[in-house]
Amino acid sequence: MITLAVDNQEITVKEGTTLLKASEKLGIEIPTLCYHEGLLPYGACRLCVVEIFKEKENRMVAACSFPVEEGMKVVTSSDRVLKRRRMIVEFLLSRCPDVKTIKDLADRMGIKKPRFKSKNLDCILCGLCVRVCNEIAGIGAIGFVSRGKKLKVDTPFHMASDVCIGCGACSSVCPTDAIEMELDAVKRFLELLGSEHKCRYALMGLISYKVCSNNYECWKCKIDQRIRDALGTHPIFAAKKIKKEKVNQYFSFLKKIQE
Amino acid sequence: MAVEIQKVKSFIARYKNEKKALISILQDIQAEYNYLPQETLRAVAECLNIPLIDIIGVATFYRTFSLKPRGKHLITVCSGTACHVRGGLKILNEFEKKLNIKAGETTKDRQFTLETVACLGCCAIGPVVVADNNYHAQTSIRAVDSILKKYRKRKK
Ligand code: SF4
Ligand code: SF4
Ligand code: FES
Ligand code: FES
Repeated sequence: MITLAVDNQEITVKEGTTLLKASEKLGIEIPTLCYHEGLLPYGACRLCVVEIFKEKENRMVAACSFPVEEGMKVVTSSDRVLKRRRMIVEFLLSRCPDVKTIKDLADRMGIKKPRFKSKNLDCILCGLCVRVCNEIAGIGAIGFVSRGKKLKVDTPFHMASDVCIGCGACSSVCPTDAIEMELDAVKRFLELLGSEHKCRYALMGLISYKVCSNNYECWKCKIDQRIRDALGTHPIFAAKKIKKEKVNQYFSFLKKIQE
Repeated sequence: MAVEIQKVKSFIARYKNEKKALISILQDIQAEYNYLPQETLRAVAECLNIPLIDIIGVATFYRTFSLKPRGKHLITVCSGTACHVRGGLKILNEFEKKLNIKAGETTKDRQFTLETVACLGCCAIGPVVVADNNYHAQTSIRAVDSILKKYRKRKK
């Protein structure tokens, strides 16, 4: 166990805990953009910067990915931290002036108009979509292409992906709504399954058999919606959570939701 | 040149289908075809069991790789700081004018591809132009014509 202080409050957590998690336990909020509960920390956006002090050391680190250290002092909202976050948001706002998430952040920080030339893009390159497709869906249909100024998220050769299963997880985690699912893609996904249709919960191993009264139009499915509401997240994350438990627990879980 | 998947697969087999050899494999393919044809990347993805998009991520990250067919001759103009202050940009513009393409493009007759690089590490002899691995030192606008002439003649 490791003891540290976040904003002068002491806390003891397990080794390997991130600063973000430790702060969360104390009820201290740190803004994030590229962080997701169900995914590995990535450290792309740097919005979660905090200042750390340890012996003679004093520096800025990303709270979402930095692990706790014994005797460390963390400051989550010093002037230095706030200034850095403002700068990041100002950059993001000049990149994506029309994205709601970013506009709200800027509003909260009192940034009216960025000083930099506006770009009008909608992707902030947080990598959430790429990671959920890899880590959770296990597909790897999309990824980062090119680099530097030209870096973007794309499919191979900028063509319709032939491996995408149309699960929609990428679109659901995107903080800027940059990814829209096409009905065609979802339908293609159903066609891919052949004559023996299965629902997405069956595919995720949540349920083994389901007779669909909805003509397998998952995007209209009420159960789907209910599971989504109950979990507050895309069902694909639920699949990962539940797979760890025993098989029969899937069913009690589903029953609970359907009741 | 037609792409022979079998040949590509033999390149990959040379590295025992090991994932870590990805860059070497891409280099071999590029040496063979002068660029990375789509089918070859698909074959690499399949043999190494890596998602295609990750291979494209690597192939588009490094400037030495090209996903588009390149010309017979590759002209690289240094636009690093030292070459830039000695007129590297003017030389680049001259090449663009003479070849009627922009940096990063290939002429219609597939003879020349024009590219820039940020410092080749031999700033003392700048501005530097590299044509098919031959270094041309202290070049000037006047040298552009003679460089092009030399390679136009030399049919590979
Ligand atoms: S819909 Fe699913 S499989 Fe397709 S790109 Fe998005 S996350 Fe990947
Ligand atoms: S598309 Fe959305 S989730 Fe993907 S990198 Fe861009 S902002 Fe992030
Ligand atoms: S949330 Fe920590 S770097 Fe993005
Ligand atoms: S800047 Fe051209 S070789 Fe260094």
